[in-house]
Amino acid sequence: MSTKPKIGFYWCASCGGCEESVVDLAEDVLMVVGAVDIVFWPCAMDFKKADVEAMPDKSIVATLLNGAIRSSEQEEMAHLLRRKSQVLIAYGSCAHTGGVPGLANQFTREQIMKYVYEDAPTMVNDKKTRPQTHFKEDGRETELPQLRNVVRALDQVVDVDYYIPGCPPTPKLLKDAVLALLSGKLPPKGSVLAPNIAVCQQCKRNDSKPQDISLTEFKRPHQIIADPEKCLLAQGLPCLGPATRGGCDAVCIQGNMPCTGCFGPVDNVHDHGAKILSYLASTAAGKEQKDITKTLAGIPDPVGTFYRYGLAKCVLRGKVS
Amino acid sequence: MNEPTKTQPRIGVYICHCGTNIAGVVDCKAVAETAAQYPNVVVSRDYKYMCSDPGQALIQQDIKEHKLDRIVVSSCSPLLHEHTFRGACEKGGLNPYCFQMVNIREHDSWVHEKGAAATDKAKDLTRAAVSRVAHHKPLETKTTPIHPDVMIVGGGIAGIQAALTLANAGQHVYLVEREPTIGGYMAKFDKTFPTLDCAACILTPKMSAVGAHPNITLWTYSEVAKVDGFVGNYKVVVKRKPRYIIEDLCVGCNECVTACVFKEGKFEDEFNMGLSKRKPVYMPFPQATPPIVLIDPETCINVKTGKCKKTCVEACGDRQAIDFTQKAEMKEVQVGTIILATGFQPFDAKRIPQYGYGIYPNVYTSLEIERLVNASGPTEGHVVLRDGKTKPKSVGIVHCVGSRDNKTHRWCSRVCCMYSMKLAHLIKHHTDAEVFNFYIDIRAPGKGYEEFYEKLQEEGVHFIRGRVAEVTDWQMSKEEEGKLVIRVEDTLAGFVRRIPVDMVVLAVGLEPHADSQDVRRQFNISCSTEGWFLERHPKLAPVNTFTDGIFIAGACQGPKDIPDTVAQAGAAAAEALSLIKAGSIELEPNTAFVVAEECSGCKTCIPMCPYTAISRDDVKKVAVINEALCKGCGTCVAACPSGAIKQNLFDDDEITSEIEAILAK
Repeated sequence: MSTKPKIGFYWCASCGGCEESVVDLAEDVLMVVGAVDIVFWPCAMDFKKADVEAMPDKSIVATLLNGAIRSSEQEEMAHLLRRKSQVLIAYGSCAHTGGVPGLANQFTREQIMKYVYEDAPTMVNDKKTRPQTHFKEDGRETELPQLRNVVRALDQVVDVDYYIPGCPPTPKLLKDAVLALLSGKLPPKGSVLAPNIAVCQQCKRNDSKPQDISLTEFKRPHQIIADPEKCLLAQGLPCLGPATRGGCDAVCIQGNMPCTGCFGPVDNVHDHGAKILSYLASTAAGKEQKDITKTLAGIPDPVGTFYRYGLAKCVLRGKVS
Repeated sequence: MNEPTKTQPRIGVYICHCGTNIAGVVDCKAVAETAAQYPNVVVSRDYKYMCSDPGQALIQQDIKEHKLDRIVVSSCSPLLHEHTFRGACEKGGLNPYCFQMVNIREHDSWVHEKGAAATDKAKDLTRAAVSRVAHHKPLETKTTPIHPDVMIVGGGIAGIQAALTLANAGQHVYLVEREPTIGGYMAKFDKTFPTLDCAACILTPKMSAVGAHPNITLWTYSEVAKVDGFVGNYKVVVKRKPRYIIEDLCVGCNECVTACVFKEGKFEDEFNMGLSKRKPVYMPFPQATPPIVLIDPETCINVKTGKCKKTCVEACGDRQAIDFTQKAEMKEVQVGTIILATGFQPFDAKRIPQYGYGIYPNVYTSLEIERLVNASGPTEGHVVLRDGKTKPKSVGIVHCVGSRDNKTHRWCSRVCCMYSMKLAHLIKHHTDAEVFNFYIDIRAPGKGYEEFYEKLQEEGVHFIRGRVAEVTDWQMSKEEEGKLVIRVEDTLAGFVRRIPVDMVVLAVGLEPHADSQDVRRQFNISCSTEGWFLERHPKLAPVNTFTDGIFIAGACQGPKDIPDTVAQAGAAAAEALSLIKAGSIELEPNTAFVVAEECSGCKTCIPMCPYTAISRDDVKKVAVINEALCKGCGTCVAACPSGAIKQNLFDDDEITSEIEAILAK
């Protein structure tokens, strides 16, 4: 049996981009595969839940779990992997802060079910059939996972040791994390494995940002052709770089797109969206209602803008009823 | 009681009865007993008056005896006694900021009825403070010097009095007045109640003293455009509107006025309440200070079109005091303190149409009558109707127009009873007319005021008690023909009367300036709901505001007569002087600071700071806060997108622990 450290990957409520980001390591993936023994990776390799259950507790050195926790199945897997792993890492925005799936917390479970199975324009469901957790057909009984009331980040379900932020995390962060794991030089438990300083610090356009922006309107990326040298916020795009943890080398901004906040907040900020709101409001010039209204019109989806990745971790949590 | 381990804070909690102020509603003993169970609380007591010497001694003694390192006092508003208790902590050997005050009087006993709920609220508030104070850190106070110069805004009698008091004490004063002359409303009056001394005789010497005083920089026809800074160190920008006259060169000879292409006055004379006409170039009144003319850009042909013979320039001759190219000028000055003496505006009588102002020509406002009875007024003191010649044989004075009225203003304007009686006396004296006063109550509480009221009754002035219903020209009998009829319920006689008169005088009340909200924002002070500037304490700090170094005097704080205004102006000057003489003031240590290694250099905070305390270190590419300039407003703390700015006494830990504890049951 291999003596290499055992590593697991798992995928909960997410888009799959995090899985691809592992492959994004390019030739470094060979270094990783060579250095570790991957014992669980349903996306790429054929392992079953029973294989994991059969492992002794804490036998996996580290599991990188991506995706938020929306269903009973994901919750069960999170608990199982927690039990089997020495180190559990929340990998990517969804596991870290709830991610895009967390935006579902704007609605109750019933609202979501009703829309998806009754009201959606593409839905034809005269009998208003809803998925059941248990049903029988041809004498066989099937069990489906249950949708939980809210979407949760991984640490709202189980104890998490580290976080690798990003939607998806950059290959550099993953590589650094794996190297740290292999060398045993890990920071204090609970750390986010990215610098505790906002994106602006790494952004090449920082010097082009005027001291006083005083925006009178916000624009959306498709509405302007942004100057590739100038600070995007100064051009009216609600770039969240100032309010978002860096470590990404400001890649989106290098691509002339504003930061949308996928790395989540820095350590001192408890509620990412509230902080973004507070900071964007600070840069807006309007003092009178009509000017404020005009400025706000540039942000047609405030929750989706401020809490794109962090609604699950919002102090307000989600809609209760 | 809990015996905390060594590393945990040792908290003392004190619940004040404030006599029966708190104890009459809140069960203080129960609050103290419950507080004893809160985490880290070592001592918990209730006491009759915590602010008294024995109360403070209790804290000091407990600090020593029980090795307390945190103190919570639940009593009145921190505005009143935070300083007291911080002092007690300091005397007990504790850093004064290891203290938290809870307001269970204004926030609890004074606003709730006696019962378990009020006691529960006191417990909740105290629990929150106990939870918060555990996170308090020892802090140091800093001092800031007070710039010795003073700015006074408003050149009515309040501003004049304050300016002279300060200037005579040797301070340099900038007196800013919106109108072309100082003097305010008092300059329009003929006589003052109740002594009937001539307003001009007592005011104009003060006005010229201001104009001539070496310590006073007088800027009339000017407005404050911007205020920055804080106590001791205000930076004020004043906009000097162009009067098209070079002030230093004009000698006030009025030759330009005589020479103006308009042979006669054609435009409404503001000083005479529109009862006379003036030219585009004019001096508001002969004793105007500064005694120089101005050109009204709205009516001067040359300013408007550039096509005028400019006979005025010709008349001015070698003095060359007229300058049509003049532009508004911005003056920036540094002052340590500011006194606001911006006064009031008279109630607009047209808002009560049933009294007929603007409908019937012979309905006047009291200020118009002030000009009519004035020897230097438009009629040289002759009280005549709008036709300019007829002496009224009967005059009705309607009190409380725009005062004590739910439809307009609920407050008593305090001066109308007295000035109405003064005008009644003067009208009677000038015309020998029958004068009727229609009043709700006569309010004559000042020195010599009641005696004046008696004197008027002896003079044969009529007093009819009742709020006037309407003034109408609808005549019902022969004796009402050609007259205005005042309909009123005489509440003493018990029936409705119709009194025909030739002239009606509406005793309009005082209201805050239409732009008082803008002024208040500019100077960062508060207003009462009515719009009057709010004093720090109605009894004990009547000229202070909640903003250090900004004082208020006169009617901008609320309606008042000349004696009260002058007294308040003196008080405001004294308050400013006391700061100046102290030389410096202790600052709250609740300043903000940047944690440099967490600052991304995004610059969001820099334009936020109202005190321009934040700059950017261009080498390290991080923000830096000048703690001497920081006033602890917290704006940058909220704005900092990465939480890299923290504020003393308002740490996230302190705030969240407080919120969590108050929500925990």
